Amino acid sequence: MPRYFLKRLGAAIPTLFIIVTLSFFITRLAPGGPFEEERSLPPEIMANLQRAYGLDQPVWVQYGRYLRAISHGDFGPSFRYKDFTVSELIAQGLPVTLELGSIAMALALAIGIPLGTLAALRRHSATDHVAMSLAVLGIAIPSFVVLPLLGLIFGITLHWLPVAGWEPKSLRYLVLPVIALTLPPLAYIARLTRGGMLETLGSPFIRTARAKGLPLRTIIGRHALRPALVPVAGYLAPAVASIMTGSLVVESIAGLPGVGRYLVQGALNRDYTLVLGMVILYSSVLIGMGLVVDLLHAWLDPRVRFAR
Amino acid sequence: MSAAPTVAATERAPPILRVDALKVRYALDGAEIAAVREVSLDVAVGECLGIVGESGSGKSQMVLAALGLLASNARTLGSARFEGKELLGLPLAALNRIRGSKLSMVFQDPMTSLTPHLRIGVQLAEVLVHHAGATWSHAQRAALDMLERVRVPDARRRLRQYPHELSGGMRQRVMIGMSLMCEPKLVIADEPTSALDATVQAQILALLREVRAQSGLSIVLISHDLGAVASLAERIVVMYAGRVVESAPTMELLRAPRHPYTSLLIECAPSLHRPRLDRMPCLLGLPPSPRDAEIGCAFAPRCPRVTDRCRVQRPPLRRIDEVAEVACHHPLAP
Amino acid sequence: MSATLWRGAAERLRANSAAVAAIWLLAILVLLALAAPALNPNSVETLDWSRVAYAPGMAHAHWFGTDRLGRDLFVRTFEGARTSMAVGLVAGAVSLSLGLGFGAIAGYVGGRTDYLMMRIIEILSGLPLVFFVIFLTVVIGRNSYVLYASVVAVGWLTMARIVRGQTLSIRRREFIEAAVAGGAGPVRVIWKHVVPNVLGPVAVYATLMVPQIILFESFLSFLGLGTQEPHASLGTLIAEGAGEMEAAPWILLAPGIFLALLLVSLNVLGDGLRDAFDVRETA
Repeated sequence: MPRYFLKRLGAAIPTLFIIVTLSFFITRLAPGGPFEEERSLPPEIMANLQRAYGLDQPVWVQYGRYLRAISHGDFGPSFRYKDFTVSELIAQGLPVTLELGSIAMALALAIGIPLGTLAALRRHSATDHVAMSLAVLGIAIPSFVVLPLLGLIFGITLHWLPVAGWEPKSLRYLVLPVIALTLPPLAYIARLTRGGMLETLGSPFIRTARAKGLPLRTIIGRHALRPALVPVAGYLAPAVASIMTGSLVVESIAGLPGVGRYLVQGALNRDYTLVLGMVILYSSVLIGMGLVVDLLHAWLDPRVRFAR
Repeated sequence: MSAAPTVAATERAPPILRVDALKVRYALDGAEIAAVREVSLDVAVGECLGIVGESGSGKSQMVLAALGLLASNARTLGSARFEGKELLGLPLAALNRIRGSKLSMVFQDPMTSLTPHLRIGVQLAEVLVHHAGATWSHAQRAALDMLERVRVPDARRRLRQYPHELSGGMRQRVMIGMSLMCEPKLVIADEPTSALDATVQAQILALLREVRAQSGLSIVLISHDLGAVASLAERIVVMYAGRVVESAPTMELLRAPRHPYTSLLIECAPSLHRPRLDRMPCLLGLPPSPRDAEIGCAFAPRCPRVTDRCRVQRPPLRRIDEVAEVACHHPLAP
Repeated sequence: MSATLWRGAAERLRANSAAVAAIWLLAILVLLALAAPALNPNSVETLDWSRVAYAPGMAHAHWFGTDRLGRDLFVRTFEGARTSMAVGLVAGAVSLSLGLGFGAIAGYVGGRTDYLMMRIIEILSGLPLVFFVIFLTVVIGRNSYVLYASVVAVGWLTMARIVRGQTLSIRRREFIEAAVAGGAGPVRVIWKHVVPNVLGPVAVYATLMVPQIILFESFLSFLGLGTQEPHASLGTLIAEGAGEMEAAPWILLAPGIFLALLLVSLNVLGDGLRDAFDVRETA
């Protein structure tokens, strides 16, 4: 097991490095500089700006400086939000996004796994059909359709919940965005759990457990659940990616001040440093999560864990 | 049609297991498959009964039906009484009180029949924890004792290991130990040695013999290997195509089989022959499929003594003396 | 892949009532989208200043209402639908060919070529495509070509992986060796033998890929990074509608519901195909 971990770590670090490098060079080599839209500026001011942002140096020097800077957590100033550095924006937005994303992930697991288990136990029953139909809807319908519709029903028509906006300690503003963000991974997890549980329940060792007179909850909890969740563990990394992409849209619609919204704004405003910093941030998170999730997967799957 | 219970059973206490006209059917793609066409048999208290048959004869399906372990698309008809209590249709809670405690089962392939991600100690102890309300520490001590009883060496270390870390023979000992944790009255062993090689087979059978001598429990031993069954069982039931075709005390069955199928089985069982043979005799053809309708005697296509009557009229199971039954129109002479 | 396999699959599909319903629904949606211009005389560009932000109604000519600029929503919605579907089909076809070619070559040639190609795919899979597209948008600007290229990229990676896997398993089979022994060059072998046998899983994944592509395009358009004005796709229309939710909720509903129905029916159909081809009983 430890060897497996080191191997994965060894693959992760170069990937991150390649992403950082590629991203950097693409920005620098792309046609037009960051200031091409402000062509009306006189040349001296342009030159000053170039110098201030270090753009007058050769590319390799810029690269080196950038690497050194980000190792200190300094992603540079934002090109558009003139008063803020990228790091400050990240520090502001990250807690919001993390709160949103972790609640969504936790709910998806907490609801999806029992739902899938129930559907497997009541296979072919009405419960099963209803649950799986809802799952299809959850998987297919994107969050940027769900969230406005939810807002329309619960916000504008019923006035139960706010449609957009945010207050630091208030949970009301998170309800609809969390629901919209949770539905697709929840649906997937329910389906995967159902499939895994069905397959596991047909195993010989479950028959042995039944022959031992063990109650259903023991059979499911102690004997069936771990092998049944192997496909879910394999889905965790894509789930994180799905929640990350979903948060872009959800934060934008609901006006939540998270890093997702900053990223989208940065893209629309062509804010180089912001986007670069965000991309590196998201990549690291995703790669890190991928690593954690791989370990979890290996622990759950007896074939990997006990491999000689 | 069921025969009257054997004299041996009625003379003493009532049978610990009485199967009466048990049938198992599956509905598949609109057709009905008869896994067990009809079986009646008794197991006396303290007896070791062997059930022999080819794969597809229904021998496993029958016991699985009795214990309520079949898939949900199976239909079971008839009766299976354990200690006088009807098992079929018993509510799950009541069934679970019996399964694993008073009536337990040992399965064929211990590698797939043990939970791969749980330690041996846990799988043994949980039986006691659930049925006897024992604490985990007490149950783990009992598990240790059990491992020693079934002669697993280095038991303390084995308790903490996982199934894949044990050899096949040791795993099967663990399975037997699991079935004995609550001191059952009846243990059903379904092909307990088929997945093991010959030397280990003999050890496992010896273990079963020893356990039985110690505690006087009843055993049902199911196998396709007549030799294995004969070494342990006092009475043997031969099944073919979902029905009982012969039942008799072991020595009598081996010495003077009445049903042609039994006779051929004995000839083909390598473990029963001491002299070396020039050529291995074997049964030609295949048993009928559970999907087919039953017309006449199921063994007719392969029987050396077949007549026209056999092809149209199914021979009922008939008592031939106090202790034996056979289902054949032309049984062999004693 | 024998004819019996296809026939068996077709039978299983027909027995799957959800999949059949999905096919019908899909057909209706496509027909509606194509026929819409004929049904409603309003043109896409006409700005009807007299009826700005009108609620839907049959009395006037604007069945789905109008948007903030007075454009008829019925026509716009279905134009958006056509755009989204066209992107799905075209990008899907390109993605399919790319993935098929890449995967078949990697699986067939094997060795270092395969290793290299797989590493490329792994690295490209490292980050969700969205971020990559956002990144490119920042660098290159909002450009249709970026959009199209990235939309194609959504599916081809997984397609390549699937094709490679299938190719690997087929490569060792006898008839391939026979063909090679018969003197057929690698291209011919791939084209005539490998490709037809890979088609089963490919068909399944292709059907599941189209809604992914449509979803991706809508996603980008929603964020403002995809289809640009004055063209409309379902994504842009939904974005508009979301912005006008309090004042004019109907702007959101038509494209939102259409997109939802489109994606659901495609997904159900794809699931049905997968079950039809896959003998394993986990449904």
